[in-house]
Amino acid sequence: MSIIENFNFDRFLYSLQYMWQGMLSIFLVIGVIILGVVAMNKLTSRGGKKKENKE
Amino acid sequence: MENLSFLIEGIKALVTNGGWRYLVMWLIGALLIYLAIKKDMEPTLLLPLGFGTILVNIPFSGAIGEEGPLTTLFNAGIANELFPLILFIGIGAMIDFGPVLSNPKLMIFGAAAQFGIFFTFCLASLFFDLPDAASIGIIGAADGPTAIVVANHLGSKYLPAIMVAAYSYMALVPIIQPPVIRLLTTKKERMIRMPYAGKQISKTTRILFPIVITVIAGLVAPSSVALVGFLMFGNLIRECGVLDSLSETAQKVLANLVTIFLGITIASQMEAAKFLQWETLLILGLGLFAFVFDTAGGVLFAKFLNIFLKKKMNPMIGAAGISAFPMSGRVVHKMGLKEDPQNFLLMHSIGVNVSGQIASVIAGGLILAIAGSFGGFIG
Repeated sequence: MSIIENFNFDRFLYSLQYMWQGMLSIFLVIGVIILGVVAMNKLTSRGGKKKENKE
Repeated sequence: MENLSFLIEGIKALVTNGGWRYLVMWLIGALLIYLAIKKDMEPTLLLPLGFGTILVNIPFSGAIGEEGPLTTLFNAGIANELFPLILFIGIGAMIDFGPVLSNPKLMIFGAAAQFGIFFTFCLASLFFDLPDAASIGIIGAADGPTAIVVANHLGSKYLPAIMVAAYSYMALVPIIQPPVIRLLTTKKERMIRMPYAGKQISKTTRILFPIVITVIAGLVAPSSVALVGFLMFGNLIRECGVLDSLSETAQKVLANLVTIFLGITIASQMEAAKFLQWETLLILGLGLFAFVFDTAGGVLFAKFLNIFLKKKMNPMIGAAGISAFPMSGRVVHKMGLKEDPQNFLLMHSIGVNVSGQIASVIAGGLILAIAGSFGGFIG
């Protein structure tokens, strides 16, 4: 089937839902990762400070 | 003499109907080799790909076909996605996530710069079925192995064109990104300085990071777990501190070995009949769109954030959120220096660039996850 024969505007309209779903999902996943990294940084820096104080 | 006629069978095939296709593919192969050697464009992949293109387009080539070694390699390493995943171990071992760990907020730009993937997916769906459109969109991940895994997983018949586009545009990042960035930013914005206050990252954080990322990404997008997991496994080998020789092997020997096979094996799919189609040109055009809109997505998102921030960010760093590492980070840094020789954006742009690597892999997993609902379209 050639490109022109396969042209389908309805399919384009249908695919638009995936654009916002995909972008929203990636922002959510990255958001969770950022929170995870911030929490990790805080926890490990506290541990580090405690060690320093002991010394 | 008749018994020796097999000696001219190949030449006959070249001059008969359709023989020109072989010659065109030889030229394409030669062009890829030229770009690799003369222009230093992703030579590790474009050179094997270029040579492989010539190899498989020799009439009656014994390199492909049922018992051809390249077909065997394809079935053993690409069809089951093994080569790109193993390559990810090497890539993971090469990446220092330090800049992201010291400023995790930068990761948000990695997400914004994946816009090109989803936008191109929609554009491509005008002309291609949804699985092929999604495979074309993933060129915007600017990440060859992810593109291969996704396209292969979705059963796209355009894998060779997608791979050529992904790797060629990665090499063209220094040419593609600057005009887009300049178009979307003012000189004043490009001159915004961002002082870098690097924090000390504990070894525990560095070790926990790959494990936590794998668990989070795996829970949210299970389809991405192989991609993310192999990348993070490589990084864990690097950061654990007790596997230095394995880390070095993964970074050099393993990555190089897989790369040699990856390029030439992908070439097994570059037969004239499959590659010389109008669709290939369209895919190359859409791939360019993907890179342009990735860049635009990152820059515009940074500008959007600046509306709410007291201390403005240089919006150019948003453009580094693509996976082409470290080219994209360096492009932004150089552009900053060009506007103001005292403006050092490197640590920020590299941080965003590294985030782009994680985000692109996750985006690949998300594409695989949403592909499950493609069957809902009745066109």
